[in-house]
Amino acid sequence: MQHLMCSVRPGVRVGLTIARGVSLAVGLGCSLYLGTASLVAGDDNPAAETRAGSRETSASRSEERGGSRESTRRNGSRTSKAEGDSPAAGLSAKPFSTGYDGQYGDLIGFINEQVRKGWAENGMVPSGPAVDGEWLRRVHLDLVGHIPDLETTEAFVADKSPDKRFKVIENLLNDPGYVRHFTTIWTNLLIGRATPQNISRPALQKFLRNSFGKNRGWDKIVVDLLTAEGHYEENGATNFLLSHLNEGAVPATALSARLFLGIQVQCTQCHNHPFNDWKQNSFWEFNSFFKQAQRVEHREYNEKTGRMDFSYFELTRADFEGPVFFERRNGVMEVAYPKYNGVEVSPEGSIDRRKELASIIVSGEKTQLAEAAVNRMWGHLFGYGFTRPVDDMGPHKVPSHPELLDRLAREFVKSGYDLKQLVRWICNSEAYNLTSRFSDGNLKDDPAAGETPMFSHLYIKSMTVEQVYDSLLVATNAHKTASGGWEQAESRRQQWLQQFVQTFGTDENDESTSFDGTIPQALMMMNGELIQNALKDAQGSTLHSVLTSPAKPADKAKQLYLATLTRVPSERELKTANMVMKNARSPLEAFQDLYWALLNSNEFILIH
Amino acid sequence: MNLSSLATSAGMSRRHLLKHLAAGVTLIPGLQFLQNIEANAAALKKNNKSCILLWMSGGPPTIDIWDLKPGSKNGGEFKPVSTAGDLQISEHMPETAKIMNHLSVVRSMSTREADHGRGRYYMHTAYVPNPTVIHPTFGSVVSYELGTKREGLEIPSFISIGGPSMGPGFLGMMHAPFSVGNNGEIRNASLPEGLGGNRLEQRLSMLNVVETDFIKNSRSQMPKDHQEVYKKARNLMTSQQMDAFKVNEEKPETVALYCGTGANAAGGAMGMGARNPFGMGCLMARRLVEQGVPFVEVDFGGWDLHQGVFNNLKTQKLPVIDRAISGLVTDLEQRGLLQDTVIVWMGEFGRTPRINQDVGRDHWAASWSVMIGGGGIKGGVAVGETDKDGIQCVSQSYLPGDIWATAAHALGIPANIVHTSKNGRPMKLADGGTPIKELIG
Repeated sequence: MQHLMCSVRPGVRVGLTIARGVSLAVGLGCSLYLGTASLVAGDDNPAAETRAGSRETSASRSEERGGSRESTRRNGSRTSKAEGDSPAAGLSAKPFSTGYDGQYGDLIGFINEQVRKGWAENGMVPSGPAVDGEWLRRVHLDLVGHIPDLETTEAFVADKSPDKRFKVIENLLNDPGYVRHFTTIWTNLLIGRATPQNISRPALQKFLRNSFGKNRGWDKIVVDLLTAEGHYEENGATNFLLSHLNEGAVPATALSARLFLGIQVQCTQCHNHPFNDWKQNSFWEFNSFFKQAQRVEHREYNEKTGRMDFSYFELTRADFEGPVFFERRNGVMEVAYPKYNGVEVSPEGSIDRRKELASIIVSGEKTQLAEAAVNRMWGHLFGYGFTRPVDDMGPHKVPSHPELLDRLAREFVKSGYDLKQLVRWICNSEAYNLTSRFSDGNLKDDPAAGETPMFSHLYIKSMTVEQVYDSLLVATNAHKTASGGWEQAESRRQQWLQQFVQTFGTDENDESTSFDGTIPQALMMMNGELIQNALKDAQGSTLHSVLTSPAKPADKAKQLYLATLTRVPSERELKTANMVMKNARSPLEAFQDLYWALLNSNEFILIH
Repeated sequence: MNLSSLATSAGMSRRHLLKHLAAGVTLIPGLQFLQNIEANAAALKKNNKSCILLWMSGGPPTIDIWDLKPGSKNGGEFKPVSTAGDLQISEHMPETAKIMNHLSVVRSMSTREADHGRGRYYMHTAYVPNPTVIHPTFGSVVSYELGTKREGLEIPSFISIGGPSMGPGFLGMMHAPFSVGNNGEIRNASLPEGLGGNRLEQRLSMLNVVETDFIKNSRSQMPKDHQEVYKKARNLMTSQQMDAFKVNEEKPETVALYCGTGANAAGGAMGMGARNPFGMGCLMARRLVEQGVPFVEVDFGGWDLHQGVFNNLKTQKLPVIDRAISGLVTDLEQRGLLQDTVIVWMGEFGRTPRINQDVGRDHWAASWSVMIGGGGIKGGVAVGETDKDGIQCVSQSYLPGDIWATAAHALGIPANIVHTSKNGRPMKLADGGTPIKELIG
């Protein structure tokens, strides 16, 4: 074992243990600026290494490691001091804090209390807090849909203030990326990735962009989506219902219930729900609210072809009145009148049923609309919600944290359905700030194996196809060099991701992506055009600026690690990088190969 | 450019290359793929059982195809005709009628799930959807049971053509379907130009260090799965067996077998010309089975016929499947592969016996048909029966598990196999379904 001293950029010196006795200095030099120990991952991270409730283990480890741990502590950043006990898994007396000090302190305290209650009741020891790089990367992917860029990472590392996580959350909530990311998520939920024929994806996106940009209340957004009328490009909100009014509005019925109310009713169109209390008539009662929604397809004469071609869609209100008819399994026909949640609406033609439905849905101090939104947002941030899946709520599914869900839903209504507040509450809570590594005390907390999530560590998520695309742009700096505005960028992205979209060929426009962890994804990452472009030594690209910087090779390698994985390399990684460099024909090839490996790694494509 | 030609162009033998690499970096687990390069593809395939699933996405009206009800108010426009087997099928399936001695129809499916998503899951996995367990689709089960034992198979052991199929569930991403388009083109499968020397290995060894450290970090199964999938992707990039996907290189006579020809072309009415996607997909399935792939799914969507069902069937859907099914059976038989290849035809459910106001049929799971044959399964019979109007089963009824148990029996997968879900629950093969005795003789 060898102990090297490496010079740290601000002139401090940080100890680094080289476990396998190979000197780093050989080809790379060793001006290893570490910034903060909290960015070091892997087996060289004293923080991450320590396991649940094992003070002896951590003590003996640090002894075993010679002075490295101590010297890191002494010389290292504030982070390791302020989070002195953070690396150790186990329940600290005080919940981890992001430094949030605003009016919602009590509510965040309540979240912590409820989540901790779950740990205690299930005999679980939580993992320690995430190290800075791990957390910064996660919160970027979750809130703005891409990894942090190099400058952001370096600034975060350099920031020594105790409320730097809180500040990052605030910055991201005000970042255009937040608007873009949630627009992407909700466009995909509302009309899918494969845009239905003649539907205006750009117009729907514009509606969502404006709504999320102004942080309009979620209730107002949903009311607009449910009650929209007019020209499909002038009122982008119409595109949701326009996409789903086929088959007597059955898809619109099922999707509205699932997306806005978190209730799965699609099977009740044919029979009573086997588990929840939706009966077959409830489905058709809900369906009858959509019966006045009318999709008008305007056509115009095409002089060239002599045919009538599509001109535009209009969503109007038809003067539908009376009940809808449906067939019981025994063949008996029955009627259903507009009714939701016990509230009956007049079946007369003069009554605007969609407006009535919207007003029922948003009435009350705690609504199903709010519970569904809270559950979905929690699920978005943690990978799992309080029910599984997040959009299958109801009496048949007992939520994992009923009191927490209830309180959050009430507060969400009270806030005016303020989505940013919801994000703020959750992201500043203790649970969101934990590492994704298991500890010995929470191995059972594994929802991927079917267990009820207890949020005693973060669960790994796969990046979506959009997150990969956007992160590749950030990692390679291509987002700064590409031309065009929002819509051109969006159209390029759409075009690229269509290669992974597959539809099931049903009238309900359901689809899947062949993306998450598949061979086509691996092939794209290994050989695809996006990667090839990233590896070109083009002016303005990350690779170019790293290559042309005066830094030493080890610092260059470190920069590439920070730009892709938001951490510095371990000693073992530097050793391998060193070997790659020795074998390479040129520095360009060496750094291309290293960069390729980083972009292709599991660590890059997983949100952890 | 693939790796074998790389090695040659660099004037390096495989052994030399390996030696060279070993000197450079010691951590290169991805390298076993090099050993596969010289594997003799022709020697692989003898008495290897396979299964082809023809997936009719959207829910086909089997009352108009396999179990007609002449004389009933539900009977619709089509007439039944006699076949080479001991059963009648739709008049719009004339080519299939000629080879029906090889295929059988289970006419008393009763499957309960009449929603697309749930039905798709149930029919593919044999399990009813359950929020705490994700069950593997049967193709993944076959990949797990047979694919892993098929040494020398360098391409994925579960391939889905023209559609996504379903996921591998608790069996892991190693057994996920590899999804390709009907033209067999695979994007990004070749190394970029100029990646000479041992650069791929440099990259892979570097990648391996990062990945292995992340896996050791104990963060669930996903990081490990990622590494496994990369190994498969690398194998695929360098394999000669990829030629099996090149369906467009087939002789016109063979294509005609699956797609018809000239005025008879099945895709004509759909504006697809002589090479309709489903027919080409079935042809590709045969090429893949011939190469040793144990499970291939071919997707044919657009069956959600809530309106205009008869016109659509007559002019679009039935001509396509008639040609493709008969072509597949004929071709497999001519090549001596039919005895080793199980063919299953199904969708997520059937369609309502009652014809709706738009001359369509809606979702119906209570009484419908699945077609199965090949692989030694008895052909030419109809198993089970529905009543005169097709609204209920009047014989023993069957579940998807029974279909898959029958297929498993023919594939030589023991019925008593139990897989274990991630939370340790034992999962019976095909949800404990029973092989249908009329079909396994």
